[in-house]
Amino acid sequence: MAKQRIIVVGGGLAGLMTTIKIAEMGVAVDLFSIVPVKRSHSVCAQGGINAAKDQQGQGDHPDIHLDDTIYGGDFLANQTPVKTMCDAAPQIIDLLSRMGVPFNRTPEGFLDFRRFGGTLHNRTAFAGATTGQQLLYALDEQVRRFEVAGLVTKYESWEFLSLIRDEDDGRVIGITAICNPDMSIHHFAADAVHICTGGPGIIFGKSTNSYINTGAAASRCYQQGAAYANGEFIQVHPTTIPGEDKLRLMSESARGEGGRVWVPKDGKPWYFLEERYPKYGNLVPRDIATREIFSVCVEEGLGLDGKNQVYLDLSHLDETFLNRRLGGIMEIYEKFAGDDPRKTPMRIFPGVHYSMGGMWVDFEQQTHIPGLFAVGEVEYQYHGANRLGANSLLSCIFGGMVAGPKSIEYINGLKRSADDVAPSAFAAEQNRQIEVFDDIYRMTGKENPYDLGDEMGEWMTNNCTIVRHNDKLAATDEKLVELLERWENVGVNDASRVYNQYVLRTRQLKDMLQLARVICLGALRRDESRGAHFKPDFPERDDENWLKTTMARHTPEGPSLEYEVVDTSIIKPRPRVYSKS
Amino acid sequence: MAQKTVQLRVKRQDGPGARPRWEHFEVPHAPGKNVISCLIDIARKPVTLEGRETTPVQWDCACLEEVCGACTMLVNGKPQQSCSSLVDNLEQPIELAPLTKFPVVRDLVVDRQKMFKNLERFRAWVPIDGTYPMGEGPLLSAEDQQVRYNRSRCMTCACCMEVCPQINGRSDFVGPAVIGQVEFFNLHPSGPEEMGKRLEEMMGTGGIHECGNAQNCVAACPKEIDLTDAIAEVGRQVTIFAVKKFLHSS
Ligand SMILES: Cc1cc2nc3c(=O)[nH]c(=O)nc-3n(C[C@H](O)[C@H](O)[C@H](O)COP(=O)(O)OP(=O)(O)OC[C@H]3O[C@@H](n4cnc5c(N)ncnc54)[C@H](O)[C@@H]3O)c2cc1C
Repeated sequence: MAKQRIIVVGGGLAGLMTTIKIAEMGVAVDLFSIVPVKRSHSVCAQGGINAAKDQQGQGDHPDIHLDDTIYGGDFLANQTPVKTMCDAAPQIIDLLSRMGVPFNRTPEGFLDFRRFGGTLHNRTAFAGATTGQQLLYALDEQVRRFEVAGLVTKYESWEFLSLIRDEDDGRVIGITAICNPDMSIHHFAADAVHICTGGPGIIFGKSTNSYINTGAAASRCYQQGAAYANGEFIQVHPTTIPGEDKLRLMSESARGEGGRVWVPKDGKPWYFLEERYPKYGNLVPRDIATREIFSVCVEEGLGLDGKNQVYLDLSHLDETFLNRRLGGIMEIYEKFAGDDPRKTPMRIFPGVHYSMGGMWVDFEQQTHIPGLFAVGEVEYQYHGANRLGANSLLSCIFGGMVAGPKSIEYINGLKRSADDVAPSAFAAEQNRQIEVFDDIYRMTGKENPYDLGDEMGEWMTNNCTIVRHNDKLAATDEKLVELLERWENVGVNDASRVYNQYVLRTRQLKDMLQLARVICLGALRRDESRGAHFKPDFPERDDENWLKTTMARHTPEGPSLEYEVVDTSIIKPRPRVYSKS
Repeated sequence: MAQKTVQLRVKRQDGPGARPRWEHFEVPHAPGKNVISCLIDIARKPVTLEGRETTPVQWDCACLEEVCGACTMLVNGKPQQSCSSLVDNLEQPIELAPLTKFPVVRDLVVDRQKMFKNLERFRAWVPIDGTYPMGEGPLLSAEDQQVRYNRSRCMTCACCMEVCPQINGRSDFVGPAVIGQVEFFNLHPSGPEEMGKRLEEMMGTGGIHECGNAQNCVAACPKEIDLTDAIAEVGRQVTIFAVKKFLHSS
């Protein structure tokens, strides 16, 4: 059999860890990313990464981490992989520390840990308030080492377009991708492909996500047969600063370090989270904090200056302490909002942040398509109905540590390599993609992808986030179908074959609309409230009917939904009440 | 009341080697608006101020909160991230141009691969034995962590490269960013051997001796990395290394 290669699409934490694991085992990797991997969205992560190292005598343990995660996720996550992740977390932190991540230290020189939401333990390792950046750089450096050693080939400024599947057994044998600088489309053979392309925040227009987080890659895999699971579970983060182009996050670590949320009421600060949740206080899980802020502003009309905003207050904390532990986010607030959070309370409001849902994978990170793996925010496996803060970086890295070796096991078991497949199979898919782009270049309608994208974002944000009603969800799906029709009427005003973002965005938009339907219809169908999914008409969790994973499959008529049982083999589901101790 | 607007002058270039030209645009104003929102507005309706149809301006961006480094360009002549360039803080018409020390791909998009290549050349990594469990990493004092953290925030954005007079057609100077990274890795408790290799390389073509001490870099760095401290420290390390090497060879 010819020498085997593996493709990794995406160079955030998930993709880089996957790459490192594969290269370390001596198999060559082709690594694709829209941006240089060092600029991936993972740089945005601020607050930290969880591991129950119990270095502060609080009696923390990976089993408590597991329980917090499952309970925090309202019992929707499969428990076996979550347990393996929580057990592995302390070793992951050790590894990152060995790679040179400048984690904050105790006076003696050990790793420091802070508190995050949904737990009572100091479990979060952090590097200032730019933890994601520091972790991404550490992995990027290790990948660079393998690049120099000839085991990794990077394709940066390339966008993944489609999978190539074997005609006989349907397994994945490669991908097509477009090279942005000259807009040329190529095919690449591989015996296994990892999709590590991150979340779909831009479907909601404004979110805390990076500009490139369209979800288009996941949508393309879904349209080619991969199932998409629990799409309706979208995390709205309680504390973001509103902006013209994006909502900038003020990390949960601000509350972990003592920040307090309040609004003025009867002339006095009202710390409504502390009052309503005495045990967890400002550190209740995100879905709960978000609904409380929403209700204080929208239902009780107590938002600041009549706007949908509340205070997040750090001004009572010591400046040096703040600079060392939260410097990164205070800079963001100063730069974009113009005030100094060391002195004045910040004004914040909930914003779309994270997708718990994603590509369906088994416990070995493999999708239904043989040889196609998914890792990181793009898959659905670890967070159930609501993600706990600082668990995502962990799941990205852990997922990569599972997926890399598993994909090597998989290719070792193959009888035929992708290189043995007739070249015509690759050329056919390449030509199909070339035609798709040629068609886009020929579009002469009146619409443009930016305005259509804004419309999608507004509908999705208004109807498919904090509070959901079936009539509005149904209307949103109709809107999405309408937008898909109007997409045909986009006009392309730029014939250039050099770095043509307009054409690329046009193509992405169509895939985003397809994925938006999955999110919306999943929400419409699920008549209960669980974690981030809240329907006032069905306010209770309904385990009898809905303790199950949504799985969407693409059909020409739109998503078809199936359901799968959840693995609750370790912790028996119990009511989720943070207000009681 | 007339709607408030933002005026921009943008340096356009259709592709590598094409002739640059300037175009003038006007887009709606909004509170808190940044340069990137203006560029998106132009893409919605690419018509110049004079009413001539043109193509959307091309630019790079990702995080939109000044941590990824992607969207660096010249804003009114100064290299900075366009996401954190708020129009209300800028004189109009806002002049946008690509960085000048890197090849232009198109319009405001440049190719900064040479900075990543520098990281390869100077072995900017900790040489771990492997990803298998091997226990905790080395202890590090909180003070050293603060220095390492400062260096570690370098987002390869190229502001320091753009303002450095030593980076020009006549010199091979590797630039301040990678010297900061060399200090960052040399500060890590593991691997004195790697440190030697980095310093050896620093004595080679375009190494630290090319620094002209203009100190523009430290002022331009958006992450307040103490680049001049780093250059001084690596310079000191190179000197010691060179002396030792000389003594050993004799
Ligand atoms: C502001 C913010 C703060 C956060 N803070 C924390 C925190 O403190 N702790 C925590 O645990 N989590 C945090 N999160 C969540 C966490 O950062 C993300 O979930 C995580 O970084 C996702 O990593 P990833 O590797 O899955 O994807 P990403 O980092 O998004 O990487 C995706 C990669 O895929 C590439 N890509 C995408 N599409 C394509 C395509 N079509 N073709 C080729 N390449 C493609 C991109 O170029 C990129 O390299 C935060 C999120 C945000 C938005």
